Amino acid sequence: MIEVRNLNKSFGEKHILKDFSFVFEKGKSNLIIGESGTGKSVLIKCMVGLVQPDNGEILYNGEDFVSMDYAAQKNIRQDIGMLFQGSALYDSMTSEENVKFPLSMFTEMSEAEKRDRAQFCLERVNLPQAGKLFPAELSGGMKKRVAIARAIAMKPQYLFCDEPNSGLDPRTSILIDDLIKEITEEYQMTTVVITHDMNSVLEIGDRIAFLHKGKKIWEGTRHEILRADNEELSKFVYATKFLQQFRDRLNA
Amino acid sequence: MNPLSLFRHIGAYWLLMRQVFRKPEKWSIFWRRFFEEVNAIGIGSLGIVAIISIFMGAVITIQSAFGFESPWIPLYAVGVAARDSIILEFSPTIVSLILAGKVGSSIASEIGNMRVTEQIDALEVMGVNSAGFLILPKILASVAIFPFVVTISMFLGHLGGFALGVAAGVVTPYEFVYGIQYDFRPYNVFYALTKTLFFGFIIPSVSAYHGYYTKGGSLEVGQSSTKAVVYSIIVLLLFNFILTQLLLA
Ligand SMILES: Nc1ncnc2c1ncn2[C@@H]1O[C@H](COP(=O)(O)OP(=O)(O)OP(=O)(O)O)[C@@H](O)[C@H]1O
Ligand SMILES: [Mg+2]
Repeated sequence: MIEVRNLNKSFGEKHILKDFSFVFEKGKSNLIIGESGTGKSVLIKCMVGLVQPDNGEILYNGEDFVSMDYAAQKNIRQDIGMLFQGSALYDSMTSEENVKFPLSMFTEMSEAEKRDRAQFCLERVNLPQAGKLFPAELSGGMKKRVAIARAIAMKPQYLFCDEPNSGLDPRTSILIDDLIKEITEEYQMTTVVITHDMNSVLEIGDRIAFLHKGKKIWEGTRHEILRADNEELSKFVYATKFLQQFRDRLNA
Repeated sequence: MNPLSLFRHIGAYWLLMRQVFRKPEKWSIFWRRFFEEVNAIGIGSLGIVAIISIFMGAVITIQSAFGFESPWIPLYAVGVAARDSIILEFSPTIVSLILAGKVGSSIASEIGNMRVTEQIDALEVMGVNSAGFLILPKILASVAIFPFVVTISMFLGHLGGFALGVAAGVVTPYEFVYGIQYDFRPYNVFYALTKTLFFGFIIPSVSAYHGYYTKGGSLEVGQSSTKAVVYSIIVLLLFNFILTQLLLA
């Protein structure tokens, strides 16, 4: 479980995150949704320590990450897997080497054990054949899946995904959503997913925080979101004509 | 560049170096990366260094001979002058300047690209000291390998001067060989290789600094790479001056 309390972050004059609080639950997919530029990426970068927040607390199982020293933060980071918006695979390494990298860095596994674990993770994301390929030889969807394989290699307790399905076709996108949902429940991870995609929201949104201009103005579940009584959220949810018609029919 | 931003750069560079010189996560991984860099920086530069050294050695020899066309100066002076130019300045400084272009731009663009594609963030999130992991092997490899590269350049410079100087008919084999041995001072080689150690530190560290703090996209990666070369050269020349003052004056 991760609990964020009253988090604030400004860049110069720009106040990006405003007093954000939310509880990210274990074994669930916790979604952060909101328009482009509201500060979703900044929020999770604060949560994993890539950006220093101005104030507020980020509690990993009750311990505040922000005020920890480097060594303690490092311990927590080894329990974090992260999928970046652009995958961020290491260009100079093959897929298999990418997945093996955290294992080489932080465990004493033998070469054979690492290879097995990497193969297992690649199979888990349906890419058993991709081990020998370099990132430049993978499609966007394959890169994201290899990045997920790398993120789960260390059996993390916390998984962060920044727009795991942006830029993917609907079927691949659903595949990735299902994968995230499955592994979250299977490994009982605290999973944090940023998305703009209403399909994903309805598919995996166990808990949802809606950010608008850096403020959380709604929270709930995927079952509640379609009937939520919030003007800004409605604009976001019913952005497409299709969903608008769906709503009108629901109301009629 | 205004003086204020100069101080800011020096401060940021210093802070980065403090991050770089932390104990590596795992020595086995560090050594593997170290030898990869020795290979990339050192072995990968030998070809260009060899070509430049042979031809510059020849040109220095021919120019010296051209300057000494007087019956009062013995012909072996050509060998003496060529030797001193090669050992004191050509091999340590000019070769390092050329390596600043080759090695500096490749380090800055490699690290800059990792920055803008969030690969550095990915390292940090895993709990890896990204600066140490990426930069330390490059600095140590280049400090270790530069003196060898420069020694090879000295040798090939003399060889080029000998072979092409003789072929061009400006000096005889006997006089050239006598000249390069005449009043030879080992201290000059010591001075040259000491400079090289500093240059071997300056080039990768200044270049990595520019790469590491790249912001933006591929356009900025290109700009960082250019800046890396320009600033490496400026700092290198500055230290060349300071070290020459300290060691020779
Ligand atoms: N390092 C930074 N320095 C200055 N401003 C920043 C920085 N990082 C983010 N911002 C600003 O913070 C705001 C929020 O950015 P963020 O990347 O969090 O948006 P987002 O909600 O993730 O959008 P998207 O859905 O498009 O990814 C933007 O206005 C951006 O310009
Ligand atoms: Mg974002």
